[in-house]
Amino acid sequence: MHRIVSKTRLSPNVTRLDVEARRIAEIRQPGQFVIIRRAPKAERIPLTIADTNPVAGTISLVIQSVGKSTQDLVAMEVGQAIQDISGPLGMPTELIESGRALCIGGGVGTAVVHPIAQGLHQREVPVISVIGGRSKEWVIFEEELRRLGEVVVCTDDGSYGRKGFVTDAAKDILTAGGITIVYAVGPVPMMRAVTNLTRSFGVHTVVSLNPIMVDGTGMCGGCRVDVGGETKFACVDGPEFDGHKVNFDLLADRLSTYRTHEQSSLDRHDHNCRIGLGK
Amino acid sequence: MIQMKISPKERLAIQRQLMPEQDALERAHNFAEVNLGFPEQLALLEAQRCIQCKDPKCVNGCPVRVNIPRFIKFVAEGNLQEAARSLLGDNALPGVTGRVCPQETQCEAECIRGLKGKPVAIGYLERYVADWAFQNANGLKQAPAAPTGKKVAVVGAGPAGLTAAGELAKQGHSVTIYEALHQPGGVLVYGIPEFRLPKKIVDLEVQRLQEAGVEIECNVVIGRTYTLNELRAKFDAIFIGNGAGLPVFMNVPGENFKGVYSANEYLTRVNLMAAYDFPQADTPVLIGKRVAVLGGGNVAMDSARTAKRLGADASMIIYRRTRKEMPARAEEVHHAEQEGIQFEFLVAPVEVLGNDKKWVTGLKCIRMQLGEPDASGRRSPVPIPGSEFVLDCDIVVVAIGTRANPLLTATCPELKLNKRGNIEADENGMTSLPGVFAGGDIVRGAATVILAMGDGKRAAQSIGDYLKAKVG
Repeated sequence: MHRIVSKTRLSPNVTRLDVEARRIAEIRQPGQFVIIRRAPKAERIPLTIADTNPVAGTISLVIQSVGKSTQDLVAMEVGQAIQDISGPLGMPTELIESGRALCIGGGVGTAVVHPIAQGLHQREVPVISVIGGRSKEWVIFEEELRRLGEVVVCTDDGSYGRKGFVTDAAKDILTAGGITIVYAVGPVPMMRAVTNLTRSFGVHTVVSLNPIMVDGTGMCGGCRVDVGGETKFACVDGPEFDGHKVNFDLLADRLSTYRTHEQSSLDRHDHNCRIGLGK
Repeated sequence: MIQMKISPKERLAIQRQLMPEQDALERAHNFAEVNLGFPEQLALLEAQRCIQCKDPKCVNGCPVRVNIPRFIKFVAEGNLQEAARSLLGDNALPGVTGRVCPQETQCEAECIRGLKGKPVAIGYLERYVADWAFQNANGLKQAPAAPTGKKVAVVGAGPAGLTAAGELAKQGHSVTIYEALHQPGGVLVYGIPEFRLPKKIVDLEVQRLQEAGVEIECNVVIGRTYTLNELRAKFDAIFIGNGAGLPVFMNVPGENFKGVYSANEYLTRVNLMAAYDFPQADTPVLIGKRVAVLGGGNVAMDSARTAKRLGADASMIIYRRTRKEMPARAEEVHHAEQEGIQFEFLVAPVEVLGNDKKWVTGLKCIRMQLGEPDASGRRSPVPIPGSEFVLDCDIVVVAIGTRANPLLTATCPELKLNKRGNIEADENGMTSLPGVFAGGDIVRGAATVILAMGDGKRAAQSIGDYLKAKVG
């Protein structure tokens, strides 16, 4: 069991839970993730390790509550415990040793970019981060990323930072030159737009994919993605891949597999909450 | 209970008893166990059929070398206490093997009574004794062996690992099993369905091992959470039984359409994650009206029968050879047929078809004929040109095998592998690294529960010898 030691709401639908998981806190590397199962009968869901405190033996999970499983998770309170956490899973990020990195985070993906920026910072690679959200309240991890380098914040409505998409700001930075590598994590349309942009600049771009997973050890093949025409399992071969080779259409399509299930599960859940069956 | 002495003639006159089972039409819609188990009377009758051979061939047919005539003799005498002691002494998981072993090609294939008539129902008797032992566990507790002070790590809580752990604990070693998933059992809990092997049985077997002193740590992925070399530094010996967990796909167009599953994913969702109980359980699975399962092994049968239970109107096995070459256990094929599973023999998939939303709509297939025997001795199927046809379906389950999962081996390049990525181990389970043993599917490629258990048992024996030699 893994006790929740702190809980912070980062944006209207993003919550950070710091959870006891000593071994994982000690050895995880940027880019790696965990699979958690909140309780018996709950789903196994993959979550990136956004930060870690090896001394306290805790890891930070950043959760966007979109469905029943994630809503149940963020409804947990400090002192309660998550039943199962397995990890760290996946391949660590390939971090450059010299040059200058552009880290682009969209929405909850910003939390995934954070450990990558940390790893680069530790290697003394200069990092510039471009992060975005719908409006000011949706921007997360700004302060943490500022400790690691320059940050450009973008909001769709211009309520904070620069008005526009992260790709607009990224384009200016790439045009100015000097970027060796781009790390981009966010919703599929954002990662696709970023890779289209960086392709025209010829800058190597790493993206972190979030397909549906069950076991996280390569056993089920549910997370298969197409990278350069080859089938890869995101859980063991990734989750990070060369963004210029990823088939984003396939990823987006496979992510929609259980949409009707998710909706019915959520409707039922909301109904139970309202009439108090869940209490 | 004391049995009357019966004459050899009377003994030979007893017919093989039939396993009571759930009605086929009814069970095709539920996940409860198909076989219901022998009642006492049938078990006693069946046990009396065993003629107690001086040189019992059945034992040679058993990968874990259960002393079959001995436990059956105790059953015939009505002494279930001793029957259970005898069986448990030989086999760490009799409740499992009594249900899932292919007895017809192993012990029962060797039974002398099979020469004229039907062999003794060894599997059914094993199950009977194992289930009795669960009910009467308190009277069967063994005093723990004297501790040797040696520590052994077991990687994977599947059939190989659990068996090895049980045997090692009997030798007095301190045993810790590391399991990647959240629940021990490996393929027994993620792969084999509830209707064939209830989770409760696996739980009871695991519980017995824990009571015998075996420690199990779940959610530990060796190769990620710890490397093999980290384990080597902490333990005196290691047994690797992490299975063959990497699904093989067909490599045909359309394989990534929504509705194409590996059997591993399909069965894991339904079994381990209880998707049949969605939305009471959170994990979903797609429910097909017409489900095509590719393959002819036990995993294919399990998938097709699962699809039927989930509500499919048609659940079909697509196999590129004929019934004769199907590797599935005879009883599973028989049960599948009873439940209305359709079989398409000599058919191979060419392409998965989908609609504009990329949902599976069908499977383009080609008819095959049998050619010359291949290296395995089976006649290899050859496509018949121009025989393509489309089979309508909305779910495709690929059950054509698994490969070695490189997760663990990739972190230990010193460990010798064969060209398929399986760990090389000798007949005692010893690998190229001192103190590291391996068995089950990670060595054999996809095989059976009982062969994995046989490996676990043999490896435990050689680990014992290795640890003794290390002291001396």
